[in-house]
Amino acid sequence: MKIDRRCFLSLGIGGAAGLALSPIPWKLADDSAIWTQMWPWTPVPADGETTYVKSACTLCPGGCGISVRKVDNRAVKIEGMEGHPVNDGGICLLGLSGLQLLYGPTRVKTPLKRAGERGEGKWVKITWEEAISEVAKKLGDLRENGESSSVACISGTDKGSVPTLFKRFLSVYGSPNFMRMPSVLDSYELALSLSFGFAAQQGFDLEKADFILSFGSGIIEGWGSPVRMIRAKSSWRESGGKTVQVEPRLSNTAAKSDKWIPINPGTEYALALGLAGVIITKSLYRNDFVKGSTSGFDKFAGLVLSAYTPDAVEKITGIKKETIEALAVNFARAAKPVAICGRGQGRAQGSLGELMAVQALNALVGNINKEGGIFAFPNPGYMAWPDYIADNIAAAGIKKERADGAGSGNFGYAKNLTNRFAETVKSGKAAVNVLFVLESNPLYSLSDTNTVKEAFKKIPFIVSFSSFMDETATNSDLILPNHVYLERYEDVYVATGLSKPVVSLSKPVVSPQFNTKHAGDALLLIAKKMGSPVADSFPWKSYGACLEEILGGKWGKLVKEGFWTDSASSAPVFKTSSGKFEFAGGFIDLAALFAPVNAEGDPKAYPLLLIPYDSMRIASGYIGDPPFAVKTVEDTVLKGKDALVEVNPATARAGGFSEGSYAILKTPKGSAKVKVHLFDGIMPGLVAMPRGLGHTAYDNYLAGKGINVNELIGTVEDPASGLDAAWGIRANLIKA
Amino acid sequence: MSTPDDKTKEVSADAGGEEAVASFEGVDEKEQGEGPGGFVILFFIIGFVASLIIGWVIFPKLLYSQKRQPVDFNHAIHVETVGNGCESCHIFREDGSYAGVPKLAQCADCHQEVQGENPEEKIFVEEYVAKGKEVPWLVYSKQPDCVFFSHTVHVKLAGMDCVTCHGPIGESTSLKPYEENRLTGYSRDIWGKSMSGIKKNSWDRMKMDDCAECHEKETGRKSSVQTDKDACFVCHK
Repeated sequence: MKIDRRCFLSLGIGGAAGLALSPIPWKLADDSAIWTQMWPWTPVPADGETTYVKSACTLCPGGCGISVRKVDNRAVKIEGMEGHPVNDGGICLLGLSGLQLLYGPTRVKTPLKRAGERGEGKWVKITWEEAISEVAKKLGDLRENGESSSVACISGTDKGSVPTLFKRFLSVYGSPNFMRMPSVLDSYELALSLSFGFAAQQGFDLEKADFILSFGSGIIEGWGSPVRMIRAKSSWRESGGKTVQVEPRLSNTAAKSDKWIPINPGTEYALALGLAGVIITKSLYRNDFVKGSTSGFDKFAGLVLSAYTPDAVEKITGIKKETIEALAVNFARAAKPVAICGRGQGRAQGSLGELMAVQALNALVGNINKEGGIFAFPNPGYMAWPDYIADNIAAAGIKKERADGAGSGNFGYAKNLTNRFAETVKSGKAAVNVLFVLESNPLYSLSDTNTVKEAFKKIPFIVSFSSFMDETATNSDLILPNHVYLERYEDVYVATGLSKPVVSLSKPVVSPQFNTKHAGDALLLIAKKMGSPVADSFPWKSYGACLEEILGGKWGKLVKEGFWTDSASSAPVFKTSSGKFEFAGGFIDLAALFAPVNAEGDPKAYPLLLIPYDSMRIASGYIGDPPFAVKTVEDTVLKGKDALVEVNPATARAGGFSEGSYAILKTPKGSAKVKVHLFDGIMPGLVAMPRGLGHTAYDNYLAGKGINVNELIGTVEDPASGLDAAWGIRANLIKA
Repeated sequence: MSTPDDKTKEVSADAGGEEAVASFEGVDEKEQGEGPGGFVILFFIIGFVASLIIGWVIFPKLLYSQKRQPVDFNHAIHVETVGNGCESCHIFREDGSYAGVPKLAQCADCHQEVQGENPEEKIFVEEYVAKGKEVPWLVYSKQPDCVFFSHTVHVKLAGMDCVTCHGPIGESTSLKPYEENRLTGYSRDIWGKSMSGIKKNSWDRMKMDDCAECHEKETGRKSSVQTDKDACFVCHK
């Protein structure tokens, strides 16, 4: 007997037989099935107690109430707040995606000080104490040298307690330069102060209106308060309300309207005046209102009847005069007609003349201060601020001319001309030594980005209070990161055209995730560090204490219910010198007010026109599109990293372009490589591009995708007001 | 002479059969004489037994790691003290959802200070309550995330007893070591202590078939046409 090959075979067979009778194969098969179904590296959300926190969304000016679902200490979903007067349970794409901003990778986690060159991305982490001391020292030195007015602040809004706190700080410190980012609200406020005679926001009782004439306003594309407007659009479907969209491009709003009237871009004011002319000629205006409550009608009528006859308007707007006449009749004969303007989401200011012309239409049909019409709400008075103490330096400083020229010289009416700020700083007309940037991203959002960049280079010290690594924060010297809206208390005043004033309260849903500080608290610390006299006007221990004090009796209601509405504020009043609605708004030469706004550029070198458009899927404000939202952008708008521009097939054919072909889009302000998308819904001769793309900052989901249209578009100063009246720019498409 | 085909026929018939067997035996005898005969069997047995030992004794030890709970909790002593049985601590929240293992705050309601002389309680109060740190309990009954299980439905609606699935854990005076499956990360209690899967009590094993068995028996539902049992989506949402 000897051990040979067979023995080993036998050993193997025995082993196999034993294995089959052992649990190894069966157990391992089962375990590997569980393992492969539940990869251990796949995150499994932890279970816990579900709670809801009522708060307010501040990602856009819409002011929706939100209800955030939490599992233990983690926010897991943002929903619309039921019963909130703005959105009643509804929520938009951006609002839903807010958690990606809270937990996403673009947060600034701790105070940062620039280490390398500006924009190089080299930062050193510093403590809050160091950061506050540095700002306070810089401000203290400037004040001592009598340069207090060289400090400026750009804020996303001027409503609410935090912007007011910053404004108060500048006033106490001695600078008039508090600016908010431009939008159509500037034009509405200016128009209201001229025609109604007081500082106000415009309210629209759109849900009850039955004929909505929109001069390019993206009713379902983010104009006003987006969720409320989408709801309103649905309600007209049920109530039989008609919508007419006047716009050069078949936007979603135009597509969903009862009638879409394409118009030569920038000539909306002429159409409004033409419609007014028809209404006056046919005596379709509400005589009682016009006679009893308006002033300057004869002068206005004289101008429109002579210069804006249907034939003349047809030539300017490209709309047939029969269409104009029929539209005027339908508008005037409706029971509750409303005319609105502000192109797209109202990101651009537009000319004062355009707004006054649209407002005149509303006055002619007499739907001012009544159900289904428009209202003027006085500036919010829900906050009771104690008086501040201005010493000599402060008193002298705030009297100086603003860096943007608003409120003085030719622009006596304007409150904010942030559009002019970059130009005046770049050209050296205004010296700015310190710039605070609060809840805004001017380096991305202001038109003519290159000029803004140049201007920023001339500002020696830029302090960003941004929660995110946006373009402006990237190019600042010091970042004092704010809590994001889901981590902080803040009152949210909704200025975007609701039918009554609403204030919501943003509440901390989760505790701060990083070493950030409420911008209000950071500012209070800076004031305290500077010492008397600046500190004397900031007696509060914290921003929370300040908010509670200035809200007084409303604080309790806001904390409990999440919002507060002022139903008593819509008393019909005109505070002009005549005590009536002013058609002319104090302008002696109406023709100058209603002057055409021409696009920048030589028509020969730039035969086409570039117009920007807005989309609900692309956030174009301070907040960049979060990853969820980027995913929803159609591939006819953004393909890979390429931006697509909409061009009419006839225009494309003439230039030799086909669908998807590359082109260089050139404007007097710059050029960019784009792809051509053929679109029958855009008028020939135009090129349309969305706002909100082409970020260089934020995360990899957003940065480097598409083109920032603001880089290609400049500003066109409205001679009547100083507002930026640009609606587009001349452009050319060249084969790439 | 016959052809090979014919021969085959003969073999398969009758006489040829014996011849064939004999010739095979002849071969065996010849090789057994010098070959490893007994060793073949011996090696077979060695292989067989070794596999069984590896499979039944060593494999479970390798597959499962033994972990100690952070605090050795005494269920029995707590059940005696509280008034409402398991639900005194393993509560159902106001919205009806089940809270599972109590959170630190719940324990701290009573154990803000050390009350008894048990060293484990001292550890608990000093290490967790004082530091405000949640106890990282290892949960024996944790099921994979692909399973939707509602305690409310089973306990409140169906009136099931905790013991049916969890066993008499309420009578234990100490927590047994947590045996974690190194491959899946789940507790050994899911498969059951017995590697062979033999179960004596309803709580000995908590695999899918055990759920299905009870569902079939108790609900009588056969919502799935394919399996003639409760449908997959009852638990796999």
